[in-house]
Amino acid sequence: MNLRRASIIGWALLGLALLLAALGVCVGSAGFENLLGPLLNPLRDPEQYAMAHQIVWDIRLPRTLGAWAAGALLGLAGALAQGLFRNPLADPFLLGSASGASLGVALVLAAMGGGAGTLGGAMMSDGTAFSVFGTGWLVRLGLTGAAFGGAVLAVLLTLALSRGVQHTLRLLLAGVVVGVVLGAMTHMVLLWSPESMQAMQAFMLGSTAFVGWTACAVMAGVWLLASAAGALLARLLDGLSLGEATAHSLGLPLTSMRFALVAVLALATGAAVAQTGLIAFVGLAAPHLVRSVVKTTHGRLILLSSLMGGVLLMAADTLARGLIAPQELPVGVLTAVLGGGYLLWLMHRGTRGGGISL
Amino acid sequence: MKRVVLVLMLLVSHAAQAFQVVDDRGVSVTFAQAPQRIVSLLPSLTETVCALGQCARLVGVDRYSNYPESVKNLPQVGGGLDPNIEAIVALKPDVVLMATSSRVGERLQSLGIKVVALEPKTHADVKRVLEKIGQVMAVTDAQSIWRSIDAAISAAAQSLPKSVASTRVYFEVNPGPYGAGESSFIGETLTRLGVKNIIGSKLGPFPKLNPEFVVRANPDVIMTAERSVDSMAQRPGWQSLRALREHRLCVFSTDQSDVLVRPGPRMSEGARLMAQCLADKAGTGKTTAPWLKTGPAKP
Repeated sequence: MNLRRASIIGWALLGLALLLAALGVCVGSAGFENLLGPLLNPLRDPEQYAMAHQIVWDIRLPRTLGAWAAGALLGLAGALAQGLFRNPLADPFLLGSASGASLGVALVLAAMGGGAGTLGGAMMSDGTAFSVFGTGWLVRLGLTGAAFGGAVLAVLLTLALSRGVQHTLRLLLAGVVVGVVLGAMTHMVLLWSPESMQAMQAFMLGSTAFVGWTACAVMAGVWLLASAAGALLARLLDGLSLGEATAHSLGLPLTSMRFALVAVLALATGAAVAQTGLIAFVGLAAPHLVRSVVKTTHGRLILLSSLMGGVLLMAADTLARGLIAPQELPVGVLTAVLGGGYLLWLMHRGTRGGGISL
Repeated sequence: MKRVVLVLMLLVSHAAQAFQVVDDRGVSVTFAQAPQRIVSLLPSLTETVCALGQCARLVGVDRYSNYPESVKNLPQVGGGLDPNIEAIVALKPDVVLMATSSRVGERLQSLGIKVVALEPKTHADVKRVLEKIGQVMAVTDAQSIWRSIDAAISAAAQSLPKSVASTRVYFEVNPGPYGAGESSFIGETLTRLGVKNIIGSKLGPFPKLNPEFVVRANPDVIMTAERSVDSMAQRPGWQSLRALREHRLCVFSTDQSDVLVRPGPRMSEGARLMAQCLADKAGTGKTTAPWLKTGPAKP
């Protein structure tokens, strides 16, 4: 019964994603417009066709699919995190990856603003040139590289602080501490580089505006990898949901599988954050939304959360582009409103007919 | 004649004895005499004080004030939004000039320090702020200084050929992308220079744009700061922009950006920087849509 229900939901989410992709292609800086028409009839109006081709193919399609991929990565990471920590409040950014990525981006922004080598110098009140470290390499790294590197390094730092993955609570605490400390450092950097503030805000609220085909392919590749790993590791999460002792008695290699989970978590989150910035709430909400309609094993939950996250972010992104075109709303604001609103509605609907279960 | 001058001087000195200034918060500030020790917490206000020739009266500035050169030697009292109250109080200023958006005003006032909050956002604001600060410092040549700034902007505009009127410009403030709209301070300068801004006034001063909007508008010239130019060509669809393909880019260094984004007395210098680049980069040719060149062959 649940198996059938899960597969129906899976197909429904895929169908919804296709529908949203078609809609997403029609929404852009001119609001809603039908570009599919001229695109399908290239002979009727060649000029119109060429314009539609460029806008749709170069910009909107990679952007729309990129939004799906980023959402899918975050949904997947969210399901993994909630299973790993056995905590319904866990989200993909719990191990410090968000603040690591922010710090990376802030450093690059500051380095770009101040010119290579003056980041340390800017901190001296008397204005003497004094370089703590060369910042030329930071600029070359670029925002994407810095965000990814920052996210992964932050998770490694968390792992080091928690001395491994044996104790979930210690891992959780270390993640929170790393998050707070790196967050504070980010604000320090921004204080000395106020002109980076707006660009930083854009990163913090997330945006799919600059997702091209390369970014899209990278995220899709990581998603495939992470999905496969997730399917392999689902057994551990199922075991863990019965309690640590039970999982141990089932003969699961807890430590190595936890390491693998953390690695997948870091990779998926890092890839999404690097391309689209910090998009709130998708990772937290997607698994809950799935659980509210179907109870299933972690294997399917991971896949469905992934599909749900993709749909959620795609819908939010389409709205973000369309609502006040040609201006854009930060997509993170809309994911919070959409996902949060739906989650609240589920909670208020009560428990009858499969209400939310935490 | 001498007597008239004497009477006038007496009147002026008498008027300077006690006067009131209403700042941008609508608060009326009373000065017993013209303040001699001034702390400025906003770079554009610092520059305004110095443009009025009163740089010597500054005793402290915020950490972002870096022009003119002499203010770099003054004590820094933190940033405009996070100033060090103790440091300001220790300087015993007669008045603190700051932006209205800062919370620090109330705290300083309760400590008995006079505060004048001014928020220059447009060309008209720059004139008003110049006059206001002139009033605070009891200097009389604010009007003539404004006239010379205004004349310099007109001169920058006149240095450009008439054909520049068909040039469509996109000014990117930061890689959000946030652009400068017609109603912004930068947009007003562009209008004075006679070029078209691709961002109309109804989008507000600094809208966060969908990058697709810029691709569609296909501006003739893109103006931006050094920091964001590198990533531009990598944005989806942007390689085909005429401005990028033909290198019609005005890239401003960090120092030049300071001049351009600060609504202060150096706005004429900003206009000159933009005009120099426009004279260089703005072609007279009619805009060609990028898809006519990159699209497939016509049937």
